[in-house]
Amino acid sequence: MTALGGLGPHDQEVLARLPGRRPRSRRSSPGALRSTAVAFASTIAFFGFLTWIAVNSPGWPLVQRSFFNGDLLVASLPDIAAAFWVNVQLFFVAETLILALALVIAVLRSTPGPVLFPVRLLATAYVDVFRALPGVLIIYILGFGIPGLNIDGVPTDPFFYAVIALTLIYSAYVSEVYRAGIDSVHPSQSAAARSLGLSQWQALRYVVLPQAVRRVIPPLLNDFIGLQKDTVLVSYIGVVEIFRQSQITEAAHFNFTPYLATAAVFLVMTIPLARLTDWLVSRDRRRAAAGAR
Amino acid sequence: MSGAPGPALRIEDVHKSFGRTPVLLGIDLTVAQHEVVCLIGASGSGKSTLLRCVNLLEPIDAGRIFVAGEEITAPGVDVNRIRRRIGIVFQAFNLFPHMSVLDNVTLAPRKVLRLAPAEAADRALALLERFGLADKRAEFPDRLSGGQQQRVAIVRALAMEPELLLLDEVTSALDPELVAEVLAVIRELARGGMTMLIATHEMGFARDIANRVCFLDAGRILEEGPPEQIFRTPRAERTQRFLQRVMEAGRL
Ligand SMILES: Nc1ncnc2c1ncn2[C@@H]1O[C@H](COP(=O)(O)OP(=O)(O)OP(=O)(O)O)[C@@H](O)[C@H]1O
Ligand SMILES: [Mg+2]
Repeated sequence: MTALGGLGPHDQEVLARLPGRRPRSRRSSPGALRSTAVAFASTIAFFGFLTWIAVNSPGWPLVQRSFFNGDLLVASLPDIAAAFWVNVQLFFVAETLILALALVIAVLRSTPGPVLFPVRLLATAYVDVFRALPGVLIIYILGFGIPGLNIDGVPTDPFFYAVIALTLIYSAYVSEVYRAGIDSVHPSQSAAARSLGLSQWQALRYVVLPQAVRRVIPPLLNDFIGLQKDTVLVSYIGVVEIFRQSQITEAAHFNFTPYLATAAVFLVMTIPLARLTDWLVSRDRRRAAAGAR
Repeated sequence: MSGAPGPALRIEDVHKSFGRTPVLLGIDLTVAQHEVVCLIGASGSGKSTLLRCVNLLEPIDAGRIFVAGEEITAPGVDVNRIRRRIGIVFQAFNLFPHMSVLDNVTLAPRKVLRLAPAEAADRALALLERFGLADKRAEFPDRLSGGQQQRVAIVRALAMEPELLLLDEVTSALDPELVAEVLAVIRELARGGMTMLIATHEMGFARDIANRVCFLDAGRILEEGPPEQIFRTPRAERTQRFLQRVMEAGRL
């Protein structure tokens, strides 16, 4: 806040809350500029040094051929991109189901009253079990086990089981995120709603959940990032998605470049989401610091 | 309520404990229609608990509570229907921070009374107008002063047209200069004939507004009477000591 030294603490707070007029002290003060430059230069030097070591190592020509084959990269990109479309579909279908199922589970677990005790018990058991098991195992069991039963009318499409498995795994985590949000809303909010004659469900629906969901958006986005990456796990049950496709291409050419292409795709997709999450978290922190709710 | 029978509120021998801690030890209290009764007493004497019990926010252990002749503590009564008839305003306002002032006020009329949104808004605006808050209708609670927030909370309770209004130390969380505007609202309600049970630390206000003052001490109503009597010639020794302390703190 050095650049705004002439303003009182309250003025600065007001400025900080105005959209588009946030103080830019960090960028404009000469001291900050110099430290940015130093950080930039040292980063370049560090990674430059690592690159120099790799490029001058005895095995480099071989690694370069099998990981950085430019022609193969270009040739494999259309297939890889097409396969990534499967991951995107998986992600969106599963995420939609997860957000809904996890909310139902969180609500069931947060609802008091003896009548719902068995339901709470079931919901708790579900969350415990699916958080305890490694995801790959669940994908295997569902993807191979259920179609293996050969029951009439049961789908055999691996994409179907991929969606179900990811939904079951992630809903357990996401329901805990929702639940933390519900618990963070002070009981006086619910009491105020009930005192006006709202039913328990109405108090939850109109007063508690809207506040809870708003508070957990950053951690939810974090789980989105995890899901985005974990869509490659379903390659194990035969869904031809990006990772499976790069395996296929690799096997055809005895070359690892497709994996690098896959890595690049994930970096491009995931890093913006990670940045957005960080930005939301720090914005929330700023707001809390400014005293706004 | 057309020709509601008997007193607005009758509390009979109500007992309440939290775990092993007894908080209310046999409260008997009657509030007549259009009467204003103030509860005074030391911190922890059970004022808030009594009000929360009347609003069925806390279950009672023993005793009975009647509102306009209907026993609200009978097993199987619809608590949502009862709470519609009793408004409560809390010390900490408890406005809904994610809603505008107007939505705070219209939520219950829309969802509980099932009024059409336009009608709920009309009625809410009339109330906000009456309490000088009409220009704040679109604001969110965190943009209002404490006094304004508490007035909105009162309007929110009034929007349900309660037969009985419970006020729990509604000025304790306010800066001194904001207390007056909230007390003015309550005076206006008293003039309009609203039946109120008010827990308060503002003795001057209690003396002005109350028809009757009850001194609550360790879960019992130790003394009750018209304000002149309680404040000038308190009978019980503990009442005298409490008022003495309050006076020393400069609140009388
Ligand atoms: N939910 C609760 N669980 C356990 N104990 C409680 C609970 N609510 C109140 N108590 C206890 O009950 C007693 C009475 O509390 P209450 O809030 O009714 O007092 P009060 O007269 O309103 O005090 P104050 O003037 O400070 O508001 C206190 O000892 C308090 O610790
Ligand atoms: Mg209290």
